[in-house]
Amino acid sequence: MIEIKDVTKTYKTGVLEFQALRGVSFTINDGEFIAIMGPSGSGKSTLMNILGALDTPTTGTYFLNGQDASKLEEDELADIRLSHIGFVFQSFNLLPRTSVLRNVMLPLIYSGIEKDIREERAKVALLAAGLEEEHFGHLSNQLSGGQIQRVAIARALVNEPSLILADEPTGNLDSKTGEIVLATFQRLNQEQQRTVILITHELEVAKHTDRIITIKDGAILSDSFTRSGNNQK
Amino acid sequence: MKISDMLDETLVALSANKVRSGLTMLGIVIGISSVIAMVSIGQGAQSSIQASIESIGSNLLQVRPGAMRSFGGQVSGGRGSAQTLTLADAEAIARKVSGINAVAPEISSRYQVTTKGANTNTAVTGVTEAYPIVRNVKTENGVFVSDQQSKTLAKVAVLGPTTRDDLFGEGANSIGSLIRISGIQFTVIGVTEAKGGSGFGSQDDVVFIPLGTAQKYLTGNEYVSTISIQGQNSDSLTAVQTKVTDLLLDRHNLSDVASADFSIMNQADIVATASSVTGTFTTLLAAVAGISLVVGGIGIMNMMLTTVTERTKEIGLRKAIGAKRREINIQFLVEAMLLTLIGGTFGILLGIGISYAVSALGIIQTSVSIPSILLAFGVSAAIGIVFGYYPARRAAGLNPIVALRYE
Ligand SMILES: Nc1ncnc2c1ncn2[C@@H]1O[C@H](COP(=O)(O)OP(=O)(O)OP(=O)(O)O)[C@@H](O)[C@H]1O
Ligand SMILES: [Mg+2]
Repeated sequence: MIEIKDVTKTYKTGVLEFQALRGVSFTINDGEFIAIMGPSGSGKSTLMNILGALDTPTTGTYFLNGQDASKLEEDELADIRLSHIGFVFQSFNLLPRTSVLRNVMLPLIYSGIEKDIREERAKVALLAAGLEEEHFGHLSNQLSGGQIQRVAIARALVNEPSLILADEPTGNLDSKTGEIVLATFQRLNQEQQRTVILITHELEVAKHTDRIITIKDGAILSDSFTRSGNNQK
Repeated sequence: MKISDMLDETLVALSANKVRSGLTMLGIVIGISSVIAMVSIGQGAQSSIQASIESIGSNLLQVRPGAMRSFGGQVSGGRGSAQTLTLADAEAIARKVSGINAVAPEISSRYQVTTKGANTNTAVTGVTEAYPIVRNVKTENGVFVSDQQSKTLAKVAVLGPTTRDDLFGEGANSIGSLIRISGIQFTVIGVTEAKGGSGFGSQDDVVFIPLGTAQKYLTGNEYVSTISIQGQNSDSLTAVQTKVTDLLLDRHNLSDVASADFSIMNQADIVATASSVTGTFTTLLAAVAGISLVVGGIGIMNMMLTTVTERTKEIGLRKAIGAKRREINIQFLVEAMLLTLIGGTFGILLGIGISYAVSALGIIQTSVSIPSILLAFGVSAAIGIVFGYYPARRAAGLNPIVALRYE
């Protein structure tokens, strides 16, 4: 479960201060499929960095599965990312010139998991992300855009995180491939009950989810369930 | 993160850019191999010089005319530039100083030596019977000069093997042949064994004649150019040196050592001086080679910094996934160390190869020592740590958010 309360984030560049988040609060239950929307510069990525334990809020609290993650040190944040969070980024997702399997196994290396178990789990994650087995041995630069995103999703899944965060995961894809990737997230959410948070500025993408949180100028504008939403809690 | 995984990741990273990794290693290969080769050449030179000093005899003191000067000064001053030592001095030493095995006075100068068909310019040394004992000379054919021949001023000569080869052809039987030294006819009665070794004045390119004969017919006076003294053992050599000094000062009516008209060289001093010279020489060679090692290390740092910049996004990704600062730090440090250790291993092999090649080509007999290999290995590991430290810290300190955005 995710609980953020009165979260603000202020960036300092020299003497200039910029408040990217101005008191954001919401709760997300386990198993929700959520989109965070907003125009460019509204603070979506800033929010994702905090939700993903890449950054800490300037003020306010962030509880992830009951643990306060708002005042942790760098290495403690790394631990939280390792065990609770899976990221899917918009671009640059994979290690260059590295095989699909190696890419997906990367988080398991840092969790200190045995080599043979690693490979097993990577394969399970890749199948769950919808990548055909024939591509497992390919290098990352021998894949299509959609395949790259599915490998990235598999890598986000492999550590069994409670939260999957995706910042504009379809931003670099054509609409058809984007649909396939979104369908993958949807399936993971429904079949494996994983919490998925998509960050996007396209309504078309957001419509696939159950709940849309819209932010503007660092504050929540609206928080509502969509018509397609069927697992409201 | 497990160590085996760390090594695995590192090997993959290094082999992702084989050419650059190889070129970077080349700097270390050259540095390490030149250190090993240079040190082995230096040590080879040292032992060859020591061997050639020891071949002139053991427990040796050499008394020479002329004031007490340093080892180097005496060589440049030339022997016999002052005439103060006589056969009587040598005989007095043999009689009065204890702890002595033998005393061998000699007079040496270069003369033109001719036969019917050939001629050569060589050192002609007037000696006594004791000379072969003191100076470790063996007779291969015939006999050596005797004291009797010295007294009777016999015109007989013993040839060094090189002189024999020059005058009569290689390996020819020359016993009983006639030679002329400075126009005076001598009969060859023996040939000495080859001592080999060059440097320090060849012991093979020489003609020995009786001392008395040399004084009478060649120099025309009773002076000698060197008195070689063999002590009974190396411990008493310094004591013998003191006694000889006192005796000669007394005989020459001199009051103190500062005014001495002769000088005494102790073989131990020569060995010490020579090894300090070759030691300096070895250090110099190693220092020059060491500079190339440092340059190689800077090459490693340069490559690692480039790598960190190039792989900023990858580092950001690893951190976003949950890699800790320490894990990134160690990964890049291991990468730098692996580069230097692989380079170091090739360097050691190449260095050993070079020193064997130098031996095989007969330039100098080199000796590769285990400590120099261990040192080279330690140095290459240290270079990896020292020059990998800064790039690794840069990588570990990257903020994942910034690193992921890096273009
Ligand atoms: N490191 C930073 N230093 C200073 N200002 C920053 C920093 N990161 C973001 N900002 C500012 O904070 C605001 C919100 O940025 P953020 O990246 O969260 O926007 P976004 O909603 O993700 O936009 P987009 O849809 O274009 O990705 C922007 O005005 C941006 O300039
Ligand atoms: Mg953004």
